[in-house]
Amino acid sequence: MVEIISFYVFAGLLLFAATMVITMKNPVHSALFLVMTFFNCAALWLMLEAEFLAITLVLVYVGAVMVLFLFVVMMLDINIARMREGFARYLPIAAVVAVILAVELILVVGPANFGLEQFAEPVRHAADYSNTRELGLILYTVYLYPFEIAAAILLVAIVAAISLTMRRREGTRHQDITKQVATKATDCVRVVKMESDTDYDGGSDA
Amino acid sequence: MENLFLTIVLAPLVGSLLAGLFGKQIGRTASHWVTISGVALSCALSFYVMKLFVMDGMASYNESVYTWLVSDGIKFEIGFLVDKLTAIMLVVVTFVSLMVHIYTIGYMHDDPGYQRFFSYIALFTFSMLMLVMANNFLQLFFGWEAVGLVSYLLIGFWYTRETAVFANLKAFLVNRVGDFGFLLGIAAVLMYTGSLDYATVFAKVPSLVGETMQVFPGTEWSVLTVMCILLFIGAMGKSAQVPLHVWLPDSMEGPTPISALIHAATMVTAGIFMVSRMSPIFELSTTALAFILFIGAVTALFMGFLGLIQHDIKRVVAYSTLSQLGYMTVALGASAYSAAIFHLMTHAFFKALLFLAAGAVIIAMHHEQDMRKMGGLRKYMPITYWTSLIGSLALIGFPGFAGFFSKDTIIEAVHAATKLDHATWVHSFAYFAVLAGVFITALYSFRMFFLVFHGKERMDDHTREHLHECKAVVTVPLILLAIPSVLAGYLLSDVVMGDYFGTAIYVAQANDVIGALAADYHGILGFLLHGVQGPAFWLAMGGLFSAWFIYMKRPSIADWFQDKFGFLHTLFENKYYMDDLFIKVFAGGGRMLGKGLWKQGDVNVIDGLIVNGSAATINWFAGVVRVVQTGYLYHYAFVMILGLLGLLSWFVWWGA
Amino acid sequence: MIALSDYLIVSAILFSLSVAGIFINRKNIIILLMSVELMLLAVNMNFIAFSYYLNDTAGQVFVFFILTVAAAEAAIGLAILIVLFRKRHSINVDDISEMKG
Repeated sequence: MVEIISFYVFAGLLLFAATMVITMKNPVHSALFLVMTFFNCAALWLMLEAEFLAITLVLVYVGAVMVLFLFVVMMLDINIARMREGFARYLPIAAVVAVILAVELILVVGPANFGLEQFAEPVRHAADYSNTRELGLILYTVYLYPFEIAAAILLVAIVAAISLTMRRREGTRHQDITKQVATKATDCVRVVKMESDTDYDGGSDA
Repeated sequence: MENLFLTIVLAPLVGSLLAGLFGKQIGRTASHWVTISGVALSCALSFYVMKLFVMDGMASYNESVYTWLVSDGIKFEIGFLVDKLTAIMLVVVTFVSLMVHIYTIGYMHDDPGYQRFFSYIALFTFSMLMLVMANNFLQLFFGWEAVGLVSYLLIGFWYTRETAVFANLKAFLVNRVGDFGFLLGIAAVLMYTGSLDYATVFAKVPSLVGETMQVFPGTEWSVLTVMCILLFIGAMGKSAQVPLHVWLPDSMEGPTPISALIHAATMVTAGIFMVSRMSPIFELSTTALAFILFIGAVTALFMGFLGLIQHDIKRVVAYSTLSQLGYMTVALGASAYSAAIFHLMTHAFFKALLFLAAGAVIIAMHHEQDMRKMGGLRKYMPITYWTSLIGSLALIGFPGFAGFFSKDTIIEAVHAATKLDHATWVHSFAYFAVLAGVFITALYSFRMFFLVFHGKERMDDHTREHLHECKAVVTVPLILLAIPSVLAGYLLSDVVMGDYFGTAIYVAQANDVIGALAADYHGILGFLLHGVQGPAFWLAMGGLFSAWFIYMKRPSIADWFQDKFGFLHTLFENKYYMDDLFIKVFAGGGRMLGKGLWKQGDVNVIDGLIVNGSAATINWFAGVVRVVQTGYLYHYAFVMILGLLGLLSWFVWWGA
Repeated sequence: MIALSDYLIVSAILFSLSVAGIFINRKNIIILLMSVELMLLAVNMNFIAFSYYLNDTAGQVFVFFILTVAAAEAAIGLAILIVLFRKRHSINVDDISEMKG
């Protein structure tokens, strides 16, 4: 009973938050509702015994990706009014498409095909069961190569993101290590030949 | 044995390669020495092989030397079949080739392409030997094409002359027509017997009698007849039989030694040799033999006429070659293969002699070939005069000379063939043609002889002052060739009437005209006496006398003939319009077809419609479709979602 | 009891919502990116639900990879967005139509 109630609560909040994400005027609000969506989703995942992924979702998405979104939204000076152009105009068609899509999807995945008769509720694992250990075991053995490739993809993403956004503004001051190291004595010290002071009269007082 | 034959074949090739590839380095003298010694070695060994067969009674040799490849059970090999037929060809080819090599030293003395020339003729000797020694169709075809190639190269030897280039192209193209037939013939042999090896094929062909094939849908043809006629088409090209003869007169653009070696003595007789070699196949098809007989008879008679009105000394000899090749073909058609080969041999000697003599005249006249500017050369060039006389007498078949025996045998054989059970009008026509041909031959041969060596001296003064007999390198081959031109005929008893060829040539019982002749044969003297009483001799004498009368006694008669029979003269002048037919209709038609295909097919259809057209269509289509590409992200998203919706709907309502 | 279909229906509705989001927020590229995140979330939900009901950890592994790629995608997408804004001082989709054929 508790399960059913919590499922409906989380699912309801999930869908509500998702609706808010797409309808909010202010992108900052959208982003915050997206955070809420992720939280609810993580809760549902916990119910499905996917503890590791649920926590990862919260940490990575809420902690990193969404913060990134917020940064970007706030950093950029966006004309919100222009962004909302055509919102009302496309609402009906969006609703129709979404409803048809949802109905069709539900027809496919609905209780007729994936109900309890077809897929019985599995036995819950014991308290000492570790989802993380289970996932790690399979990830570092069977899926080792895809895992490494995923790492490479992340690295590429880092490099790409940095190289895309990095720029050198005119007039800023910064060190050039290479230049500093390559400096030679002749570049720093200039020896100047000067004529000696001819009317220097050696220590006598004026 | 194998090494012996390999040496015969390869010695000229080695000489050719040395002279051809290193001609610049080793110089002119060394070039002619390497090639001549190669050919001389071949010649000596050929005589040795001949001796082995004749004196020591060696059995024929048939071995494969090297298997090139085996494909689907069919072997492609290089091998030698050396029997008495091969031996006689070996001797003829290497001897004439050697004479021509020596003669060339004199003839080409000042030519810048000296080394190249020697390389070519030695290469030719190699190719010809490969051809005659082949024991399978593949090697035969190799030799066949190789001699064709060398012939092409040599006709166009003076490649800066436009006429020479035209002539060699013509020779090459006309030979392509024949070779196409030949290749089809070989393909037919391979298809129906499954082998290219002579011995295997000959063993299998009798089982093909009565079998038919459909050349055109709905018509049944005897396999053997088709096979024989196709093979013979190859021979028609190579041996210049009507209507594929047009290249031979033009081939006189090449240097004279070539005309002697290739276009008179050896290569053009390859067709004759080939048909004789294939006698076990040809004997099985009377239709094919009649076809051969007809073609030969037409060539023998009508090509002779053309010789009557030519002014170029070499062209006269060329037409006489055509006519004599016709005689040989007639002999083949009458199943008198041994007579054909015998005539081939004697003809090789006296025709090479005549050509070389003509060449000697040309040298003396400073490369003037028009007989109207010659005359009275007798006293300036005695050796050439006498050897030419021997050659001409041999050609017209004067009793006692080589040509008499061989030609008379052919005439007798055709005469005997008219009495065979299955004789038709073709046989009678052939008999008439060869008899009439005798008269014509004598007429044009002595017309040339008298115009060149007798009568008024019509050359200019400058040429007359420099007239003198040629050097020894020129005259010695003449003399050496004159000897067999007289004496070769006396081999008749052994070669034709005796059983020289044995199993090398097969003659069916029903066609055995030579057997009939041999039964009546009572020694060489009897043959001589019989010949003198026959019509051929008197026709020859008539021709000789007419030539003397028309061109020496009353030159006005010739003009009178020209006036009275102008249309005939025009007809001959234009060579029966054969050249026009080929050049205008076939070559011109081919060019028109090519041009049409180029303009319409290539430029319009392929380039215009298919290549550029498809590009233009795609360009137009893309121009229409690019409107869809608005560049707005949401349009793409919208289309994607619609697609997703469509797929999902399909899956829900119709799928699963 | 909660059936597999319940989870799947939730994720189907979530997916449809994000599709609708793409439609109505066609001008705002940031919300578009968020909608894409929602879509991926819906897909992940399906994976995990199946993984649980079929008792197969492989489904979770796939979610793991999808999260990885989605994070990378978000990072690069936002980076592009920043570069775009620097160039044009706008992130309106209407202003980005260079792909027009």
